[in-house]
Amino acid sequence: MDMLITIGVIVAKLTCIYGGMVVIAALTTLAERKVSAWIQFRYGPNRVGPWGVLQPLADGVKFIFKEELVPDGANKWLFRLAPAISAMPAMMGVAVIPFAAASPFYQDEGPLAIASLQIDVLYILAFSGLSIYGIILGGWASNSKFSLLGAIRASAQMISYELALILSIMAVVVMTGSFQMNEIANAQGGAIWNWNIFSQPLAFILFLIATFAETNRHPFDFAECEPELVGGFHTEFSSMRFALFFLGEYCAIFVMCCMTVLFFLGGYHVPFMEDAPWFLQVGAMLTKVIALLFLFIWVRWTIPRFRFDQLMDLGWKRFLPLALANLLVTGAIASGVF
Amino acid sequence: MAMKYMDYRPGFSQVDHDDPMHGELMPVNMGPQHPATHGVLRLGMELDGETMATVDADLGFLHRGKEKACEGLGWAKFFPHTDRLDYVQPLINNIGYAISLEKLAKIEIPQRADEIRVLLMEISRIAAHLIYLGTSSIDLGAITMFFNTFKERENIYSILDAYTGHRMNNTYVRIGGVYADVDEKVEGMMREFLDQFPARIDEFEKLLTGNRIWYDRNREVGVLTPDEARAWSLTGPNLRGCGVEWDLRKNEPYSGYETYDFDIPVGTVGDCYDRYMVRVEEMRQSCKIASQALERLAHSKGQDVLAEDRRYVLPPRGKVMDSMEELIHQFKIVTDLRLPKGEAYGAVEAAKGELGFYSVSDGTATPVRMHIRAPGLMNVQAIPLLAEGRLLSDIVAIIGSLDFVMGEVDR
Repeated sequence: MDMLITIGVIVAKLTCIYGGMVVIAALTTLAERKVSAWIQFRYGPNRVGPWGVLQPLADGVKFIFKEELVPDGANKWLFRLAPAISAMPAMMGVAVIPFAAASPFYQDEGPLAIASLQIDVLYILAFSGLSIYGIILGGWASNSKFSLLGAIRASAQMISYELALILSIMAVVVMTGSFQMNEIANAQGGAIWNWNIFSQPLAFILFLIATFAETNRHPFDFAECEPELVGGFHTEFSSMRFALFFLGEYCAIFVMCCMTVLFFLGGYHVPFMEDAPWFLQVGAMLTKVIALLFLFIWVRWTIPRFRFDQLMDLGWKRFLPLALANLLVTGAIASGVF
Repeated sequence: MAMKYMDYRPGFSQVDHDDPMHGELMPVNMGPQHPATHGVLRLGMELDGETMATVDADLGFLHRGKEKACEGLGWAKFFPHTDRLDYVQPLINNIGYAISLEKLAKIEIPQRADEIRVLLMEISRIAAHLIYLGTSSIDLGAITMFFNTFKERENIYSILDAYTGHRMNNTYVRIGGVYADVDEKVEGMMREFLDQFPARIDEFEKLLTGNRIWYDRNREVGVLTPDEARAWSLTGPNLRGCGVEWDLRKNEPYSGYETYDFDIPVGTVGDCYDRYMVRVEEMRQSCKIASQALERLAHSKGQDVLAEDRRYVLPPRGKVMDSMEELIHQFKIVTDLRLPKGEAYGAVEAAKGELGFYSVSDGTATPVRMHIRAPGLMNVQAIPLLAEGRLLSDIVAIIGSLDFVMGEVDR
């Protein structure tokens, strides 16, 4: 009986969290189009459903019925595999994101997450590092020069940013003394100034910029880079494979926003309210995540794109030393040197 | 450095293929269907990693034989074809062509017609520069700027629609003047636009000029020295961007430009950023000139807008409807216009540089030769010079900042 309940709870959590994430990712595509339209004096999608809310669904149906093209000379297996690999890491990463301090499910210990590990942070970083494989394989397997260039750029970009990203988080980990995300979030409970953004402002800025690069988002979207590389790694993809790349991208953005909220913005804590009920905590978490998603979209449609070498310059010469120095100072303070 | 353009041979790889440092170059074909090539330009290039080792511009995908068409059609019927040269500034093309023919036939055009022409040219220049600003920023990823500039351009097109009856391809200029006078409504619309536009330019500048990413993408990219610019016969904002103060409106004035008060903005470095700054400042100056022209139009109300020379100039529209002689006259001028024997070169400062029309007539109704000096062609020629040895991402900044329209390049 206990076994059945445990399985039932796991299935329920999987359904809620994965379903929720995919719905949010789909709605983000709508939000992207609506917000961009709003920024650019347009209407955006408004034909399908009231205010265009069914547009993601219509897009999905369209993608499923489109022809799947595989270019001549493409590596057929890798070409088919790449979109799945690209969408997988974000899906895996969300498993350890806690959405509330205590799970409301029956006989479920720990935070409201699909799985709560001792090394949440390492797990999620490892999987977000894997996301680049989808892009590299997709670009290489297409047998197109523009795709290949996009793939090469993406891999170089990933190396230069992952270091700054991880080192900036490590400062927070050192402060909290835990690799568990719910512990990190719990350390920021209570008043709003307990949030890590106030104790680690530099790490927050570095992390936020690195998330843009990590998710291949504008202004760091060199892997696609429409003006010179046409579509970059996804130039040759069509149909649902093309959609999978985007699903993966938006899921990755969602996971990255969740991480930013958990590490720096108080996580699921409602400001000035200890022990809020779980649904308020989920609400607080999602509100903060949606605000960050809006920031992602806002930046996308406002500023120009970096050049490839300028990004490397930024990553290696500015962000890496800054993140290292930040970690060093944080470590010194945490270990009581001062 | 000075020898570089002499040594350059299109399509010939300048890279030493036996040099082990280079490895194998990757040939990449960009265009003619490519989002950043502004129409149907094809670039053949060889990449050494991300660096463009060689770049070669391939033209002719939009060749329609415009110059030859003039020989077939005759002088008067070529006007609509000039619209289609640089189709983002049709009125400047019309005026350039008309000035060339007027020089050939030695026609004095009324003062009010000149004032209207100046107004139209400056408004068209703003529209063309807005296209430059929008497309070059969309190439560098600032997509919203495109919509900002197109919103402003839409205002200009509404004005031109109200005045000429067309948004694009206006064909509103005639030999000896313009087709019809501006009315109160159009003048009001123009004034309204010119009053609010400088504030809009400030807004564009807020988005781009001080933006660190925009600065980094454009500064020191595509640097052109004054000598190179002259050697490649670049004109217009591209030449002024490297600090050469050469503008036909000042140096060889036409349509009474010498009587207007305006400045010629010049750059210092000659890179993409300077070219951008020059164009932004030119939009302000164009606003200034257009406002002065509007003021003068208020004083010259009621005067003729077409010359009285009946050998070459169309009869007034009202009379054509009433009198058979005038109708025949109009028919003769449209189908069988005979300009005096000789040759003439008329040039205007178009948005992209010196737009010249060289007309040769033997006194019959068939033109002997019509040569069009399109500034865009020279701008395209400079691509290999500026792009070789730079990163692939810079090609979009360079193409954007050189600013050409393939309709004019290929003719």
